[in-house]
Amino acid sequence: MSAHPSSSLKLYFGIWITLLACTGLTVWAASLDLGRFNAAVALTIATFKAILVALFFMHLKGASEKLSKLVVVASLFFLLILLALSMSDYATRTWT
Amino acid sequence: MATASIPTVERENYLNKHYGVGSWLFTTDHKRIALLYLLSITFFFFIGGFFALLIRLELLTPAGDLVQADSYNKLFTMHGMVMVFFFLIPSIPAVLGNFLVPLMIGAKDLAFPKINLLSWYLYIIGGVMMLHCMLTGGVDTGWTFYVPFSTAFSNTKVVEAGLAIFVAGFSSILTGLNFVVTIHRLRAPGMSWSRLPLFIWAHYATSIIQLLGTPVIAITLVLVAAERALHLGIFDPKLGGDPLLFQHLFWFYSHPAVYIMILPSMGIISEIIACFSRKRIFGYSFVAFSSIAIAVFGFLVWAHHMFVAGISVYAALVFSLLSYLVAVPSAVKVFNWTATMYKGSIYYDAPMLYAFGFLGLFTVGGLTGLFLAALGIDVHVTDTYFVIAHFHYIMVGGAVMGYLGGMHFWWPKISGRLYPEGWAKLAALIVFIGFNLTFFPQFILGYIGMPRRYYQYPPEFQVLNVLSTAGATILGVGYLLPMVYFLWSMRYGKPAPDNPWNAAGLEWRTASPPPTFNFDEEPVVTWEAYNYDELNRFPVKEETPVAR
Amino acid sequence: MPDSQLTAAHNPALLHHFAEPQQQRDAASLGTWVFLGTEIMFFGGLFCTYLVYRRGYFGDWGAASKTLDVTLGATNTAVLICSSLTVVLAVWAAQTGRRRLLIGNLLATLVLGTAFLGIKGIEYKEKFEKHHVPGASFQFNNVMIPGHPDQYANPSHAEIFFALYFVMTGLHALHMIVGIGIFIWLTVMAWKGRFTPEYNTPVEMGGLYWHFVDIIWIYLFPLLYLIDRHP
Repeated sequence: MSAHPSSSLKLYFGIWITLLACTGLTVWAASLDLGRFNAAVALTIATFKAILVALFFMHLKGASEKLSKLVVVASLFFLLILLALSMSDYATRTWT
Repeated sequence: MATASIPTVERENYLNKHYGVGSWLFTTDHKRIALLYLLSITFFFFIGGFFALLIRLELLTPAGDLVQADSYNKLFTMHGMVMVFFFLIPSIPAVLGNFLVPLMIGAKDLAFPKINLLSWYLYIIGGVMMLHCMLTGGVDTGWTFYVPFSTAFSNTKVVEAGLAIFVAGFSSILTGLNFVVTIHRLRAPGMSWSRLPLFIWAHYATSIIQLLGTPVIAITLVLVAAERALHLGIFDPKLGGDPLLFQHLFWFYSHPAVYIMILPSMGIISEIIACFSRKRIFGYSFVAFSSIAIAVFGFLVWAHHMFVAGISVYAALVFSLLSYLVAVPSAVKVFNWTATMYKGSIYYDAPMLYAFGFLGLFTVGGLTGLFLAALGIDVHVTDTYFVIAHFHYIMVGGAVMGYLGGMHFWWPKISGRLYPEGWAKLAALIVFIGFNLTFFPQFILGYIGMPRRYYQYPPEFQVLNVLSTAGATILGVGYLLPMVYFLWSMRYGKPAPDNPWNAAGLEWRTASPPPTFNFDEEPVVTWEAYNYDELNRFPVKEETPVAR
Repeated sequence: MPDSQLTAAHNPALLHHFAEPQQQRDAASLGTWVFLGTEIMFFGGLFCTYLVYRRGYFGDWGAASKTLDVTLGATNTAVLICSSLTVVLAVWAAQTGRRRLLIGNLLATLVLGTAFLGIKGIEYKEKFEKHHVPGASFQFNNVMIPGHPDQYANPSHAEIFFALYFVMTGLHALHMIVGIGIFIWLTVMAWKGRFTPEYNTPVEMGGLYWHFVDIIWIYLFPLLYLIDRHP
């Protein structure tokens, strides 16, 4: 990293611009009538932004240890369990 | 070298290095913090026990004569909250785990000693809030805080109790965080994952649950408090809220929380059974990974607490099937422990007696858990004493037996003194008999239809209730005894050698009690875990602990 | 290892129970990541609640979401993204030993963080004026459900939206306040010259926390502001 200081700076500014552009994009996409896909598009853009921040700003990419990645993946996995198994109830109820 | 003219000086250890209240209240030594926890959780254990005693006394007769309905509601609520959040969850991790995790992996301390101290203070702050709540009126929602009763109807101190548990929860999170980082980062040279004691594996799995589950109940309690204060409608069916959502979030933590209580106990049992069978544990890696499996599967089963609450039939089916999954790693453990004992040379010392007790009681508790996981039977026994008996077999018969077994096993290391073996065996026996007499009748009571959380009951249930109350009295004696002789041994017990059990494990290769930084020189591990074959052939020479 | 003992004696930042600075840094890093994992679950309970009611009361929530100010929300997203840039620049400056750049970026982060809270405050004020704060004075009458001109939103269901809006953004704002506290401390330490290319773990860990709070907002923005926006 310290070998190419300017290259990492370039990367940071590039990510920054992309993140700002994505914010604009998500606001614009929300103004379109995509039916059910509005939510999907909004969440995809948000996830893309989150991944950029995690990989490049939080240096998950190229982290010397895989352990931090494992921690992130494990936490998200358990979050998914919480959401998915709760939904297994809500999505299949025959009453409201 | 030593001559009679030189006075015998005790070795410097973590207990005698510093004196004074300040040296304890501001210590960052994991061993001292463990003792701080020991004192505090023992205090709460007896508070919770006091409530249990009152409950059992009330149930001695069918009529509601000792207390009235409102007080009875508060009694079982406070019993549950204190025992679950202020005794069982911190019990083994915060006391024995705190003391032993660094010792067992050859570290000088936990990774974040100050955070460790902070976690004790958080526990104490939460505990004081809980005490204040109790003394100024208490709570009557049941330890489960079910909405909408807790948010809209109960006129007791729900918010304060919730806040107390919120704070204590962060203490639990910080303990888990410390363990995970310590186990990853501070292992001594040569202490590979496959050489870790199973106690460490169990605590690693426990920490995963503490870290991933506790935040969810924390935020849920925030929502309950907000709902109660502002009537947001999040959990209020009148305003379109769903009370079942609370139950989902609550049990997402509180079911895995049962494994926070039982997993460390399983770790202790692995240590004890290997040591007192003088054998390498059978199927080491299966036992190790079954801990992780229990931690993960534990998060998949929570809605089996809600079968009759109104979840969808499909979800109930899924959760019922998933619940059986937990039985697999639990059974793997039990089978491996029995296989370890097979053809072992078994020593019947007090820790082993507790381990035997654990095996039997945990098996009964676990198998009745399968009854409850079955949709059809669960409908029949939901909210009866069958459930009460089931989880007390796990939490008291399992977790507390393991805790007491561990306290006896490591007491020489903790205090530097030997406890009186005869009394300890007697206490183990009393606890086992008292426990079964207390809780086995409750299985029958529940099966024939006595519901939980009532202060009166039809006269035909009285015989079994009297048996249960009698058992509780015996159990109480069994719990008081160790406290008495542990205290006694601190002054009058024989000085303990470094390795009184000739046990494997790094913690036995340092002094009893250990020096402040645990080891005089950094240990290098060159042997496998539970190398009892070698230890049996070449017992570690016992050193006299005084006058070195 | 005489080597590491030598370092231990000469490095005041190395705590006694670590053998070498790298071990201490790795422990701090793992500890921070694990802590962020618990934070995911902490917000996770709220995301679960959100999912349940958004699914159940989509129309009412769309109506409620439409009353939020997208311009302010998007501005705040941009502000936080800019602050993430200044944070990553601060970490880079610390690692390469550029003290003035480090202090400048830490201060810029503080300014941006405060700006975020200020804008959030304006939004909160607007909610009070419109009686959109859940509680006794909550009002949400005669608001159309987007795409259904003949239907009014159910005020109770909208109230749940605003309840979650306040809990989620409030909790996020609380994390911002904690973050600002951490960054004030980092600025003071940087001012005193405590951070060197060899020792800058606190900057790095504070940065991880800040980025995480940013990520939470990256999700909160579309989830709360953009439920059913299109005309």
